[in-house]
Amino acid sequence: MLEYVEKIRETARKLFEEGKVDVFIGYKKGSVPMMNQPVLISNADQVDLLYWDSNCGLNLCNYLTRRTDRIGIVANGCNSRNIVTHITENQISRDQLYIVGIPCKGMIDHRAVQRAVKQREILSIEEQGDTFTVKGKDFEDTFNKSDYLQRNCSVCTHRNPVIFDEMVAPPVEEQIGVDAYKDVKEIEGMDPDKKWEFFTRIIENCIRCYACRNACPLCYCPTCFVDESKPQWVGKSSDPIDTMTFHILRAYHCAGRCTDCGACERACPVGIPVRQFTKKLNKDAKELFSWEAGLTLDQRPLLDVFRPDDYNDFIR
Amino acid sequence: MNDWEPKITTFLCNWCSYGAADLAGVSRFQYPPNFRVIRVPCSGRVGPKFILAAFRHGSDGVWVSGCHPGDCHYLEGNYYARRKFALLKGLLEHIGIEPGRLHFSWISSAEATKFVEVAQEVAKEVKALGPAKHFIKKRAEVA
Repeated sequence: MLEYVEKIRETARKLFEEGKVDVFIGYKKGSVPMMNQPVLISNADQVDLLYWDSNCGLNLCNYLTRRTDRIGIVANGCNSRNIVTHITENQISRDQLYIVGIPCKGMIDHRAVQRAVKQREILSIEEQGDTFTVKGKDFEDTFNKSDYLQRNCSVCTHRNPVIFDEMVAPPVEEQIGVDAYKDVKEIEGMDPDKKWEFFTRIIENCIRCYACRNACPLCYCPTCFVDESKPQWVGKSSDPIDTMTFHILRAYHCAGRCTDCGACERACPVGIPVRQFTKKLNKDAKELFSWEAGLTLDQRPLLDVFRPDDYNDFIR
Repeated sequence: MNDWEPKITTFLCNWCSYGAADLAGVSRFQYPPNFRVIRVPCSGRVGPKFILAAFRHGSDGVWVSGCHPGDCHYLEGNYYARRKFALLKGLLEHIGIEPGRLHFSWISSAEATKFVEVAQEVAKEVKALGPAKHFIKKRAEVA
């Protein structure tokens, strides 16, 4: 992963020097370990800010909407699928973009690492291929990256970009034989009361900060449904039913669009597994409509089209 | 609890299912009195927000009915609705709303008998589940 950094910087520098882009969107090292942050740079002098390792969990496509300039952007598998979604939803045009594709082997789940070091403060993290070492004041631990992947990354089957102008490295091997929906199936096997209890429990700490919405590249509506007041569809209190309504509708708005990039779950300050809501929709979209979001530019979004012989069994 | 009757919020499309309800009425057909009908221009107009709002305000069931596929007054509104509802029904049932609470049907304006049949089935299924207990907001609404 670390060898990508030089290549990304070199590509960005070249793009600025050739005048091909006005802005380049990538990641830079965060102010604390394991928290790389998005950065928009506008000239060649700043390219050394760019960085890439296994802590780039936020989704850069958030910065693509409502832009008219030419943009260079780094994109791994899920980010590239979000770019495709943005293009098909007319949020950006393909001509504006120069996509630097990154084959990705997954991001590290910073919470799992924190738990593994018993919540002691981590001061630095270093990656060595498939392992990484975290250091703190009086400890040092080395872990296998594959044991500490973000949950969405461990079941990812689209590690390589689906759209790019240039790749920083040859494609990585895709994971085969992973059961992406194992947890969804487990919940499907419960009875309704158990399901309700499960979902009520996972959102009980929700503080309605909307970080999941803000981190999500799909949420670009000028007025979000949570901010509407006439009529007001979602109550603004911390009533559990209002919170549940928010989570259901947030997930539903991502139906057929979610690429399971995991940004929502990573951004949640209280650690709610919000992907449990979107994953069910992803599973249904795949099973009922053979649809996975953002794979090609020539297909309209799932809910934008129909077939006369669509799934009809649930209707009398 | 035997005399309990469910409240079922019913969204009927103006062109077909509302016409069927009308025909059932003028034909003097009997059907259960549990439905609170909301006339909508098209089943495609019914959004997930409507259905959630109905449940949140205490409906024991929700029934959405529109024109048969291919017969939509707006040509394709019900086709879009069908995709939306397929995903919505799956999600709501996944979260713990019982499968018998949310119903969809296609009923043309000539099918008063089908309207009555479906109404009886829906009322029976919702009644069997008892009062809705999960997705109801109990605290006062604050603006």
